[in-house]
Amino acid sequence: MSDPTAASTAVDSAGAYVTAAEHAEPTTGKSRSLWSDAWRNLRKRPTFIISMVIITFMIILAVFPSMFTSADPTHQDLQRQMLKPSADAWFGYDFQGRDIMAGVAHGAKWSLLVGFFASLLTVLIGGTVGVIGGYAGGWLDGILSRIGDVFFGLPFVLGAIVILSAFRAAGLKSAFGLVIVVVLVISALTWPVAMRIMRSAAISAKQQDYVKAARALGANSFRIITKHMLPNCMAPVMVYATILFGATIGVEATLSFLGIGLRAPAISWGVMIAESRDYVQHAPHLLLFPAGFLVLTVLAFVMLGDAVRDALDPKLR
Amino acid sequence: MSTVDYSNGDHSNSELLLEVDDLWLEFRTSDGVAKVLNGVSYNVHAGETLAVLGESGSGKSVTAQAIMGIVDMPPGVITGGEIRYHGEDLLKLSDTRRREIRAEGISIIFQDALSSLNPVYTVGFQIGEQLRLRRGMSRKEAQKRAIELLDMVKIPNAKGRVKQYPHEFSGGMRQRAMIAMSLALDPEVLIADEPTTALDVTVQAQIMDLLKEIQVERQMGLILITHDLGVVAEVADKIAVMYAGRIVERAAATELYRMPGHPYTLALMDSMPRLDQRGQTLNTIKGLPPSLLNIPPGCPFAPRCPRAQDICTVELPESKDLGLGRTSACHFAEELVNRV
Amino acid sequence: MGRYVIRRLLQLIPVFLGTTFLIYVLVWAVPGDPFAGMCGERPCEPGFIAKMNEKFHLDDNIFSQYFQYLGNLVQGDFGETYNGNSVGELIALRYPVSVQLAALAVVIEAIIGVIAGVLTGLRGKGFLDNLVLVSTLFLISLPVFVTGFALQILLGFELEWVDPVVSSDPTLGELLLPAFVLGSLSLAYVARLTRTSLMENKRSDYVRTAVAKGLKPSRVVGVHLMRNSMIPVITFLGTDLGSLMGGAIVTEGIFGIQGIGKMTYDAILQKENITVTGVVVLLVIVFLIVNLLIDLLYAVLDPRIRYE
Repeated sequence: MSDPTAASTAVDSAGAYVTAAEHAEPTTGKSRSLWSDAWRNLRKRPTFIISMVIITFMIILAVFPSMFTSADPTHQDLQRQMLKPSADAWFGYDFQGRDIMAGVAHGAKWSLLVGFFASLLTVLIGGTVGVIGGYAGGWLDGILSRIGDVFFGLPFVLGAIVILSAFRAAGLKSAFGLVIVVVLVISALTWPVAMRIMRSAAISAKQQDYVKAARALGANSFRIITKHMLPNCMAPVMVYATILFGATIGVEATLSFLGIGLRAPAISWGVMIAESRDYVQHAPHLLLFPAGFLVLTVLAFVMLGDAVRDALDPKLR
Repeated sequence: MSTVDYSNGDHSNSELLLEVDDLWLEFRTSDGVAKVLNGVSYNVHAGETLAVLGESGSGKSVTAQAIMGIVDMPPGVITGGEIRYHGEDLLKLSDTRRREIRAEGISIIFQDALSSLNPVYTVGFQIGEQLRLRRGMSRKEAQKRAIELLDMVKIPNAKGRVKQYPHEFSGGMRQRAMIAMSLALDPEVLIADEPTTALDVTVQAQIMDLLKEIQVERQMGLILITHDLGVVAEVADKIAVMYAGRIVERAAATELYRMPGHPYTLALMDSMPRLDQRGQTLNTIKGLPPSLLNIPPGCPFAPRCPRAQDICTVELPESKDLGLGRTSACHFAEELVNRV
Repeated sequence: MGRYVIRRLLQLIPVFLGTTFLIYVLVWAVPGDPFAGMCGERPCEPGFIAKMNEKFHLDDNIFSQYFQYLGNLVQGDFGETYNGNSVGELIALRYPVSVQLAALAVVIEAIIGVIAGVLTGLRGKGFLDNLVLVSTLFLISLPVFVTGFALQILLGFELEWVDPVVSSDPTLGELLLPAFVLGSLSLAYVARLTRTSLMENKRSDYVRTAVAKGLKPSRVVGVHLMRNSMIPVITFLGTDLGSLMGGAIVTEGIFGIQGIGKMTYDAILQKENITVTGVVVLLVIVFLIVNLLIDLLYAVLDPRIRYE
């Protein structure tokens, strides 16, 4: 477990929690039937349906924010500073008189972008290193595992603060530049968890007879890993990736709260929450709406991860 | 009382220890009600070995668990029948009294000794635990007795082994330790639920010899649950064959081997590899046992039975008394037994 | 067991060197002028820069800098800030409250989390089970700073049950709310982990054996089921203790606790690189040692590990 606060514990212990999925017997029978069985089981789960509805809504919000609001999220009007929600502006106005609903709608994009790319990158790095280590074993596995430990030992928030404040000094201006830096930092500090999950799945897959048979028939390592091992190791990592997607959105918010995550022009939910900090006592709606959307999204991904894990684990059915 | 001379011995004159009488049990799950036991009866006397034979899912293990009172309830529900120990119905006893009978009156050993032993305690602790709690022995006395028990089941260096953990034992040794544990409180009846299935053939024979030896020495009633006719042949006095939650045939071991009285038993024996019939294809029983969620009317074996007639798919055959203590639940039982 | 301990200790060395070096490079070798903004609006005087460069060996290459730093560290010297304060003393001053906070958080996690997990794990499906599942789901989804804000507003400002901000030398009672906030996420994991672990082991063969041995239900649960089910939970709690100590930046910020987290955050903003390095190195040491202890405890609790 790398570290600490809020954010990072979310990411890391999600890893510890989903390890149950490692026993999901990804190895009995063909992977195809595992996934189709899981899919049939998933469709019946109310948590799966609810979480998919929420996630779909958030994605639509992120892609077409103007479907939901015509207001300009950056338009300031000090006349309407911190006005309470009303018929004109359902979510009210913030401390600079900006429409909060417009902010929430346009902010979805940044939060989801960070969540998507950070979890994708984490799983790509961690998964690749993990499957190589698990398959190769021996000294290569030893070295890769120790490298993972090095990053794992670094307290998450402290590591993130150190790196991000350095980049801050370097002076980044574009919104996508900010997103890329945040994504890189989160992935750099969380990939060891994905590595450990993938590694243990790969070690158990390697001992399966069909992998031994493929080796005995002279298949090369690349082919064994891609054709035989990956399909059977993906289940636990996919569960982790789903939960990580949600957790990362929370992590981004935490970093923004500390003043080192995204910032204008990339106004994410986390940035809005951070900005509400000094006014929250008198105008709780400044915190309520962005935080509500944030929590709902994280909740949906955690629920989805739970549902997928249960569906993949025949023992828990 | 029968007067036939059983080669393995007739114990019907010795004390009747345990009697399962018309036991009905079902599992109520979200998928439906699975009728797992449908009127099972058998008994065991002191010094007697009863073998319960059947495929997986026939209900042989569930019956054993019902006797021990370790069936998960829910989903399991006993819907009828009695389990009598020394004439007293166990199902009517209080939880406390029931618990006292476990291990002390009736004891059980399971198939997979590795998972059945607690991985985080030493073998000695697990054997001694019951002695300390139920016999009031001190830790030291319990340890000493555990060593004696391990000696009795022929574990070499019992003194050193008693301090080891289950994963440090080999498969055969683990099953021996399991036997030692089940015998710690000197039970009158021992249920062995597929005790050798997980073991190598050579080790299987050793474990069976050990069980038989201990049983004769202690005059225990032994209920041996297995799907392997080969295991049964040498040790059983009488045999009960189960199919789809019913006992389809009951007979003295020698009688059953000489002339099976139910087509299912016959099919089981035909599917055994035999040394005197080289070069022949091994017969298998075609088809699958019926789903317990939806048992068809008539004889449950009818769809797989080569002798099935029209009546078999309509009418459930009663268990018929064929004399000499044997019964068979087949419409054509007499024909089968009396064929030349 | 002895070989296991030695192997784990040997593995610790490269990880310690790697992590501390990584931190050192991240802090010192970043792009940009290390003195930018350090002397207020104006650039620093050349004399000051030269003095600092000499003191911190900034003209040497990064490896030699790192090993000189490591040499001092081994002698217990964490270095000095630019103003000449001893980093070791600063840490010693701020550390106790952070340790208290983390320890209290773990205690809260253990008590509430394990109780909730045991109650639901043993009883199985029902109202309580659903309640725990749903409430832990919410705790997991709430970023800690949102939980902190919400509770601060509700309990501190609205209901006025507690002071929204703790005093400079807080009592354990004052730390209760911040500790709950800090541990809230892990609390949810502990509850779920305990529940899953119990439900899995409840159906295990060795529990069935224990029942068949005629043991009382209390002994079956207390001796046979608990010992096995608590192994992952204890491991998690131990690791969490190491994590939370350095992880209190957000919580300490919200409740105004003058602990190590707040100190580090301020130091980063003020570019007190020596302080940042010192604290992070210390946290890494604590984290690694706690992890080692947990691994050893794990080996004690689960005899199977010792022979792998």
